[in-house]
Amino acid sequence: MMKKRWLNLGFQLSALVLALGFTTLILLATKTDPWQAYKYIIIGSISSLRKFTDVLVSFVPLLLVSSGLLVTFSAGLWNIGVEGQITLGAIATTWVLRLLQDSSLAPGLIIALAMLAGMLGGALWASLAGALKTYGGVNEIFGGLGLNFVATALTLWLIFGPWKRPGIGSMSGTEPFPNTLWLPMISGFRLSLWGLGLGVFFIILIYFLMKGTYFGLRIKAVGKNLKAAYLLGVPTTRYLMLAFILGGALAGLTGAIQVTAVYHRLIPSISSGYGFLGLLVAMLVNFQAIWVAPIALFFAALNIGSIQLPIVLKLDSTLSGVLQGVLVLFVLLMDGVRQMITRRSGGAS
Amino acid sequence: MLRKSIYIMIFVLLLAAMLLSACSPKASTSGEGFTFGILMVGPYNDHGWSQAHYEAGLYVEEKLGAKMIYIDKVNTADRPGTTPDQLADELVAQGAKLVIFNSDDMKDASTEFAKANPDIKVIMASGDQVWKDGRDYEVMDNMVNLMGKMTYGKMIAGCTAALTSKTGKIGYLGPLINDETRRLAASAFLGAKYCWTEYLGKDAADLSFKVTWIGFWFNIPGVTSDPTQVADDFIASGYDVIISGIDTTEGLAEAKKAAASGQAVWAIPYDFIGSCEEGKEVCLGVPYFNWGPAYVETISSAIDGTWKSNFQWNEPYWANINDLDKTAVGFVKGDALSSGAGEQVDKFIKELADGLNLWVGPLGLQDGTVYLAGGVVATDQQIWYLPQLLEGMEGQSVSQ
Repeated sequence: MMKKRWLNLGFQLSALVLALGFTTLILLATKTDPWQAYKYIIIGSISSLRKFTDVLVSFVPLLLVSSGLLVTFSAGLWNIGVEGQITLGAIATTWVLRLLQDSSLAPGLIIALAMLAGMLGGALWASLAGALKTYGGVNEIFGGLGLNFVATALTLWLIFGPWKRPGIGSMSGTEPFPNTLWLPMISGFRLSLWGLGLGVFFIILIYFLMKGTYFGLRIKAVGKNLKAAYLLGVPTTRYLMLAFILGGALAGLTGAIQVTAVYHRLIPSISSGYGFLGLLVAMLVNFQAIWVAPIALFFAALNIGSIQLPIVLKLDSTLSGVLQGVLVLFVLLMDGVRQMITRRSGGAS
Repeated sequence: MLRKSIYIMIFVLLLAAMLLSACSPKASTSGEGFTFGILMVGPYNDHGWSQAHYEAGLYVEEKLGAKMIYIDKVNTADRPGTTPDQLADELVAQGAKLVIFNSDDMKDASTEFAKANPDIKVIMASGDQVWKDGRDYEVMDNMVNLMGKMTYGKMIAGCTAALTSKTGKIGYLGPLINDETRRLAASAFLGAKYCWTEYLGKDAADLSFKVTWIGFWFNIPGVTSDPTQVADDFIASGYDVIISGIDTTEGLAEAKKAAASGQAVWAIPYDFIGSCEEGKEVCLGVPYFNWGPAYVETISSAIDGTWKSNFQWNEPYWANINDLDKTAVGFVKGDALSSGAGEQVDKFIKELADGLNLWVGPLGLQDGTVYLAGGVVATDQQIWYLPQLLEGMEGQSVSQ
């Protein structure tokens, strides 16, 4: 048992080394000093309190969306529609903020309602993909992709149409909300402790939900073997739908955070790609909730740190995306290798 | 090949700038050790808006010995999850003492950044926050607003288009819709109408001027309308001159393709002095921004401590609108402009230099309401905040 754990760790570490090696090769091919590149990524992410809080700003949405994806992944679902769910969360949040911004309600209450609406919006959008899957027999990957397109189209239509800024027709976004409707931020920083608190709260919740409850166990059973779970009396349709709704609600909250704490308005790329990045995080952690926070933090640090690259090295910041993607590929690859080896040795003994 | 010739041209321009600076009698401020940052909305080599700023940054380095650092593609499609003020912080972390924001898209962020960083100087190019007579006036001691009077450049572009068009149909490839873009599209229309009626003696009713907006400063696939498609639609429906109002050169590229297949189509790009390079055979000329002199002046004032918050809407240097050490906007004629039309364009520029003003009533707005009564001259505010397109123009206005 102990030996197996060490072996697993060895494979994961070698995946990390391989990913770094591969990225280094790419850097060398573009005649960039890799040490410089890595150095600036690190400096750019943790060299000051301000930078680190910026990393946390990026960490919060990634953490939330990854937590939700952990649930859908455990249920055996490829929730590609997560981007659309973030978007719908953002749209619902914007809608409620617009609706209530001139009312006499307390700003705090308006923000809370708007964020709840965001969760609801994401959950509804996810349940559409869920319904297509469970009742319509449409694979969630295709359903999700389709719904992502619809969500984008809806955002664009709202921004250029009914929600356009007075006198302006621009895809850059809707009218920014007044400061009173922003999620309160630490003075002098862009970080909202409320956002961070929500992120931490939900990953802990999901951790216990998946680890210590009957619900989590059933979700996992559905994910491991749908038919067996059904035969053992798990209402699989209901659990699949619940996984979608829970994942969607967290994606919707991600969108709500993007609107209330980051952009303070609706923009076309409001999801900022956190949905797809969250899929990478979820794949990397391989169903283990305990790893979501550190990996998401690492990815967020790469995102923020890499902004230094174009300034200092005239290198595109997408290098962080290369590193993230390559890392996932190698982890999956090494996992395959590990399984092959253990199966072979298992067969021999 | 193309890139090579552009480099050669840039080199020649730099060389010219160096020679001129060597001859320049005025001893300039030394900016050794001073770092300024630029945030550009598009790629630094977009042959348009962003490149014009980039070149101006190089000009400042040349003139003052200061150091430029920059981040380009500052928009949420290219840099998801970031905000302009956050990226400005990154420039400050690399030593920038002054940060240039230069897209309308960054206006709100520049205000936020200026307030949060009172020790850092901020130039918001194309903005109006510190314009005392402006609508969004706010006191921010560390901010300067700069803009060139591109209204003139666009009038010249419009005139050039009208003098060349065979069909009398001019297509204006518009970016997003706001005060600035309405103002510039309307300027092109005014220039076109003037030269069409006054120089060619034709009936204004026979001139059609259509604006199609793509929704942003440049193409964002899946988000904006595709400017290539818009340009093709113009050409297919008989518009034979495309005036570009966007940051990039799709209008020119499509006109070049159409011309290669035998159609008589021309284009007028925008923003950057070198943008004709991409399609010399169809390029009638380009109205361009020359941010260099204003940047040098403002950055010098930050270095020597004479900085004062102000708003500038700078005129072309009328003695020679293409004097790159003096002018804020200019117009270079393209290879495709006939010599006859070229002479008339020169005449028009001369008239403008001598005080011809096309922003004079009677002028109506698109919805039929009066913009300027007969004989009334528009104020700067009326031009800057043009509420709709003008009567006689086709296209969406998005009124306030």
